[in-house]
Amino acid sequence: MTITENKPTNIIGTRLLRREDPPLLTGEAKFTNDLNIPGALHLSVLRSPYAHAKIKSINVSAALKIAGVVAVYTGKDLQSAWAAPMPCAWPVTPDMKNPPHFPLAIDKVNYVGDGVVAVLATNETASRDALDAIDVEYEPLQAVVDLEDALSDKNVIHKDLGTNKSYTWPLLVEETPGCVEEAFKKAKYKIKERYVQQRLIPMAMEPRAIAAVPQPFGGDITLYSSTQIPHILKVMTALTLGIPEQQVRVVAPSVGGGFGSKLDVYAEELLCMALARKHSTPVRWVEERTENTQATIQGRGQIQHVELAADENGKITAVRVRIIGDMGAYLQLVTPGVPLLGAFLYAGVYDIPKAYDFSCTSVFTNLTPTDAYRGAGRPEATYAIEMAIEALAREMKIDSFELRKRNYIKKEQFPYTAFSGLTYDSGDHLLAAEKAATMTDLASVRAQQKKQNVPGATKLLGVGMSSYFEMCGLAPSRVLASLNYSAGGWEAATVRVLPTNKVQVITGTSPHGQGHETSWAMIASEKLGVAPEDVDVLHSDTAISALGLDTYGSRSLPVGGVAIALACDKVIEKAKLIAAHQLECAAEDLQFVGGTFSVKGSPDRALPLAAIAFGAFTAHNLPDGCEPNLEAQVSYDPPNFSWPFGTHMCVVEVDTETGAVKILKYIAVDDCGNQINPLIVEGQVHGGVVQGIAQALFEEAVYDSDGNLKSSNLSEYLVPAASDVPAITTGHTITPSPTNQLGVKGVGEAGTIGAAPTVMTAIIDALSSLGVTSMAMPASPQTVWKTIQEATRGGKK
Amino acid sequence: MIAYRGKRSAMAPNQIWGLKMKVSITVNGKEHHGDVEPRTLLVHYIREVIGLTGTNVGCDTSSCGACTIHMNGEAVKSCTILAVQADGASVTTIEGLARDGVMHPMQTAFMENHGLQCGYCTPGMVMAAIGLLNENPKPTEEEVRMGLEGNLCRCTGYHNIVKSVLAAASAK
Repeated sequence: MTITENKPTNIIGTRLLRREDPPLLTGEAKFTNDLNIPGALHLSVLRSPYAHAKIKSINVSAALKIAGVVAVYTGKDLQSAWAAPMPCAWPVTPDMKNPPHFPLAIDKVNYVGDGVVAVLATNETASRDALDAIDVEYEPLQAVVDLEDALSDKNVIHKDLGTNKSYTWPLLVEETPGCVEEAFKKAKYKIKERYVQQRLIPMAMEPRAIAAVPQPFGGDITLYSSTQIPHILKVMTALTLGIPEQQVRVVAPSVGGGFGSKLDVYAEELLCMALARKHSTPVRWVEERTENTQATIQGRGQIQHVELAADENGKITAVRVRIIGDMGAYLQLVTPGVPLLGAFLYAGVYDIPKAYDFSCTSVFTNLTPTDAYRGAGRPEATYAIEMAIEALAREMKIDSFELRKRNYIKKEQFPYTAFSGLTYDSGDHLLAAEKAATMTDLASVRAQQKKQNVPGATKLLGVGMSSYFEMCGLAPSRVLASLNYSAGGWEAATVRVLPTNKVQVITGTSPHGQGHETSWAMIASEKLGVAPEDVDVLHSDTAISALGLDTYGSRSLPVGGVAIALACDKVIEKAKLIAAHQLECAAEDLQFVGGTFSVKGSPDRALPLAAIAFGAFTAHNLPDGCEPNLEAQVSYDPPNFSWPFGTHMCVVEVDTETGAVKILKYIAVDDCGNQINPLIVEGQVHGGVVQGIAQALFEEAVYDSDGNLKSSNLSEYLVPAASDVPAITTGHTITPSPTNQLGVKGVGEAGTIGAAPTVMTAIIDALSSLGVTSMAMPASPQTVWKTIQEATRGGKK
Repeated sequence: MIAYRGKRSAMAPNQIWGLKMKVSITVNGKEHHGDVEPRTLLVHYIREVIGLTGTNVGCDTSSCGACTIHMNGEAVKSCTILAVQADGASVTTIEGLARDGVMHPMQTAFMENHGLQCGYCTPGMVMAAIGLLNENPKPTEEEVRMGLEGNLCRCTGYHNIVKSVLAAASAK
């Protein structure tokens, strides 16, 4: 047995390579569908081919004859298995309409992909074969696909609700009553824009997979799921199935990406659990990609109407926003809350008086439910304000960067209470923007643009930018309460020093690619003076990590990571009492540096943490009343959101003859406060930026007027490949967060928030000489070409 | 080839699908003999029969490349090949790259350059990248991007994947 030495590690801020990588690189890592579970039955789900239809009859007799098929269930057969409908945790208003939603449809299907029949078989092939042998007779109904159509209530999807409107959530902030209206009356410049946030498919590379394993006696059940939220899943599945919570254990093995799509309680999780209990045998399910595009949530799906009022200098004096949100056919876990997360960001990074009129009306459609997708509400809001700023600059005929500078919240104004009522803790927008401009070499790009964009030129240069706040680190529990969210926003951590001075960190965060094991070990290493490889990080199993609220909303570091730092502090406090006892001095005379306690002024009177850890384990010589063992648990509720910010710029070349857009240069300057591991921070920015570029240029869940998904697999839905995207130049400014001891902010969604408006403003800039002032996303070659044709035809009139 | 065309077939599926064929495939240097249905894809044979789960399935249209392996020295998507077509072939999967606990230089390059995040596309990406360098040992950045266009990654934005492959090429 070797006792680990204590010494200063100075590890925070270094580019430590990820400990997660070797198992993932060698194929040893186990994703849910890699688990070997003897005796498991395979679940397959027959899904509706209609967006809206009555189920007239279901005939399963042929399916039951297929070798290997064990059982077939319809929605009616399983109705008694559910203690409650599938959960929506965010009833945003008291009168929000929420149709009952069960894992299998009963009588009526409401989107293509709605589950209709569940088949259990001894092997996956048989369960899928059986789907082909089931006859369902449908009576097709007219589908509601268009949002404005849905709003008209001409065709109501959920008859019992009497309307397609789920809720209207207003937020009116006025310094004096009527000041918004007044500001628009007085405004020298007024901008009124409409933007469409197309539906996106999150498309984590690992499709969802599930295995529910009942224990032989006593009713306990373990759910393995490719989820971001094992803790939330544990509570929610227990409630939905009517199982005592302590009998449910949820494990998220290696999870292959989430981006919000695995932040949900899904029908298949409930089906696997219910059927595993019914058959007293493990039940597993794995999603096919085509199934994934229909049965896993989609993101975005909003129509935004944005109005800005500005004075003669371009200072924005009021903002008015009207949103129609596309909920899809049902409300999933946080579906209705997504537009609200954006409501607080329509001021962008700008100093705008208290004159804000926001309202969101969300509607049901016969489409796959929407929910949180990377950024969730914040990319939409940032896109709208940044595009509107560009429109205002065009109206004023001034440079949009200059207009932004006139409106940026200034460094000295922080902490700054925005019109939304939230306080931005820190920021320096001008610094980040100027750094981005320098890295872009903006002056020479503009000079080149002048030279290149001459009349008749077919390759036009454009420069785009966006400045953003990423409201993240979800979230202060009291703020969530004010938004009517059903849970808190804290995170839990346990830090335990073992007898040999090895450290266990147990976190409530649940990583799926973010490298928490590496980063959390770095935090504990720095705090306790042990090498990072001597810190084990345990997570994603509710039997090990009993408390937690999981990973989403760029919360893991600013909430979960800070909880670990606080738990380390608590361990050190306890160790200090033991050290004082053993060194026969007062605790306040001790200092703790690099893992060793020493008496201030007498460095030879010292005890390393290793000795104290072993002493706490033997418990032979502890102060009176001191419990054995060195461990501490913390539940940390953040005092504020975390407010990372930055400016992205890009240079594009648009081919006016083909409509093709080429990104020549992409610069991302992000400020996420202090960085624990810059290698991981950069990776998060790269990936986020490309997902934002993807919304701008490539991706859309395309539906026909009958509600059929036309882009239902990876050959039709254009997830960009390496050849489609540019290298990304990252830069950083560092403005430590004043609200937590590590000075950290989140970074997971920043890239996505910044990227779409950056690319779209660049395209419009390139085509401005042709009279193009707006462009739909995705700006595919066809869309760009058509927009150019329309603009130039219009110009000739 | 036996094709089953939808539920109106005169024969019940189990009558057609009960057929098995013998295959002999060398995987990571070890010969495996098995009876497979003619419709079994090589990726399913590797994962479910041989039990090597490092090779992943990410789509149903041969678009994502997560299942890329080497067959007779060439990088191929193992979802585009039937197990029976691989009869007699020599296959290397991600599990066959490391030797005596030492990772292949491409694996090391991915680790050193943070070329992976969730790791789901990684086995296929690494196999494709090795295949790329076998054909073009000193590619340019653009050649790497073009060469990997059959492999999708949703986490990294490809930046560090490209960097990893270029690093592996320059280390050769």
